[in-house]
Amino acid sequence: MNKVMSNKWMIAIYILPALLLVGILIFIPLILTAYYGLMDWNGIGAMEFIGLENYINAIQDKNFWDSALHSFLLAIFSTLSLAIYLAVSMILASKIKGADFLRKIYLIPMLLSSVAIAQLWIKVFNPTNGILNRILLFFGVEKPPIWLANPDIVLYAIFIPILWQYAGFYILIYYAALKNIPNSLIEAAKIDGASPIQIAYKIKLPLIMGVVKVTIVLAIVGSLKYFDLIYVMTGGGPNGASEVMASYMYKLAFSTNDFGYGSAIGFLLLIITLIVTVIIRRLTANDEEVQY
Amino acid sequence: MKKKAITTLLSLAFILLALVGCSGAEESNSASDGEKTIEFMHLWPEGSSAKHNKIVSDIVADFESQNEGITVDVEVLSNEQYKDKIKVLATSDELPDVGLTWAAGYLKPYVEAGQFAPLDDLLEGELADSFVSGTTEPYAIDGSTYGLPLELNVANIFYNKAIFEEYGLEAPETYEDLKNVITTLKENEVAPIALGNKDSWTGSMWYMYFADRIGGSEALTKAISGDGSFEDPALVKAAEKVQELADMGAFIRGTNGISDQEAKSMFMNEQAAMYLIATWDLPNYTTNEQVPQEFRDSVGYFKFPTVNGNGDKDSFVGGPGVGMFVAENSDVKAEAKEFVSFFIKEWGEKSVKEAGVIPATKVDAESMELPQMYVNVLNDLNNASNLTLFADVQMNPDAAQVHLDQIQALFGGEVTPEQFAEAHEEALSKQE
Repeated sequence: MNKVMSNKWMIAIYILPALLLVGILIFIPLILTAYYGLMDWNGIGAMEFIGLENYINAIQDKNFWDSALHSFLLAIFSTLSLAIYLAVSMILASKIKGADFLRKIYLIPMLLSSVAIAQLWIKVFNPTNGILNRILLFFGVEKPPIWLANPDIVLYAIFIPILWQYAGFYILIYYAALKNIPNSLIEAAKIDGASPIQIAYKIKLPLIMGVVKVTIVLAIVGSLKYFDLIYVMTGGGPNGASEVMASYMYKLAFSTNDFGYGSAIGFLLLIITLIVTVIIRRLTANDEEVQY
Repeated sequence: MKKKAITTLLSLAFILLALVGCSGAEESNSASDGEKTIEFMHLWPEGSSAKHNKIVSDIVADFESQNEGITVDVEVLSNEQYKDKIKVLATSDELPDVGLTWAAGYLKPYVEAGQFAPLDDLLEGELADSFVSGTTEPYAIDGSTYGLPLELNVANIFYNKAIFEEYGLEAPETYEDLKNVITTLKENEVAPIALGNKDSWTGSMWYMYFADRIGGSEALTKAISGDGSFEDPALVKAAEKVQELADMGAFIRGTNGISDQEAKSMFMNEQAAMYLIATWDLPNYTTNEQVPQEFRDSVGYFKFPTVNGNGDKDSFVGGPGVGMFVAENSDVKAEAKEFVSFFIKEWGEKSVKEAGVIPATKVDAESMELPQMYVNVLNDLNNASNLTLFADVQMNPDAAQVHLDQIQALFGGEVTPEQFAEAHEEALSKQE
């Protein structure tokens, strides 16, 4: 077998199928998107080469930067909420009553499709009939907010279902990582008189730091390319107040027939996400891996 | 040595697998024995538009039985998915032989790319004189018609007569009347107008009617075509009126975050007294069995009121709905055209009778037993002095998007009427 593996031709043959698939499914569309970004094209008729004009327009486009800002806000909120998910999974991983049941409850949003979640939360947020405002009215709030129509609030209102949607996913990851920590370490700490907080902070957290870093990257990248819930719930409105990069790209390409410009935005979205990912990897890469 | 042979074989198999996965799917379309297939895509799924769906199936079945050797292959998608898919198909030059399209701004890029076949021969031949005047024009570009409309829609304000009666109100004739009605309803804690402005074309209709009543039938159309301006005082005034209504709380709370569907359900659950919508909703207030009879009996409609004595109540906002196109590079173009012509002839009467659609073709209302509200609407159309095509349909898609966003901003009070006008002018100036 070793002989086979040292044969360069064999290695090439082994890699080839995967390479072909990755090339066809990922790199060719990527290059095409960048290429379409150089065109003035309505998606239907003839293309006209206009060089970097679309990219220059995008960089000067206030709507694009607004939607980029919204995407970054989502990324920040998602990253911050990881702390809550981590705390929850630490509680779940310790021996509390009903932990098993609670863990299943947290997973439910993961089982629903985004569209179903969006429909559910549209109902929750309904200004007159929605459960949220009904509760607020019950507690004597005179004019409860119009969640999805107020441009100052809509973005944050939409973040709630998004964070809710992914809670189960991250809790599951953290839970699995925490369960992997050898019990003997925690027992030893207990004998030495460490409090539960100290155990969580000084022992558990450092031991799952690798996983935490991965989830940070996942949360940020996921947020930057986020699309579906926002598209269904507000379509980026009112008047662009909840537009994110991906929904803006979609709107340009499909609603306004500006395929070239939409492609340029799509490619910029990729570049921004790549840059952010590299930065995060750099920032979090300096610690060495722990060994049990 | 044997091991090496096996691994080589295995890897070859992998490569083959990968290659097979990439080819194929080409052969399916070769009709051999004289059989012809017309691909037809429409947007009335059985679930959400059962009656439309049935009419289409009936017409297709009739067509197939009368034309031996031709089969019609039907694909159904819901509205938004349909729009997305047709665009992707056009990009790869694989449009269905016959499909549905919208008029004016929507149609234009397809025509310019040479994707739709001109249908003038049908319009001048078999279908001559069968359309209501003014319905095919929005489908014409540079003198050729590229789509034949199926529906005609005009917007009216529907209102709940039971609620009006309860508070001693009458259908308003003027804008002042309308404001009084709104004030009374508000005093009694009834939401006056159901409006789902998340979809923004809904709010656009309010603006268009004000523009029509204040500026006359031409002002808006001229502003859009560039012969006039959105900064025309009448059009700015129209925007002011919209905000006046919004400020007095005429529309349901949070209208910018509510979809048309939700607003409609508020109206139909008697949580709001009025609802401006086009005639595609007529069945809900007349023949739709799923809506309680009591509610259907309590719905009436009135024409958009005059404003300060200005405006002609017989001038409507509306336009043809979807129309049929034939793909330019269809393999079965002649058959496809025949199908379209057959479809349109059958559609007219069937669609009024069975689905409650106001068709774009002329129908003899007298010969059919129709609910009174249909007869009234058909009469209105006969006496209409003008029909202004929906603004977002008139504009090209870029400008339409700006218009729709600005409508939301206008209702939300984020822009002044002057800024609203300015944004339109800027967007339209980019339009060539």
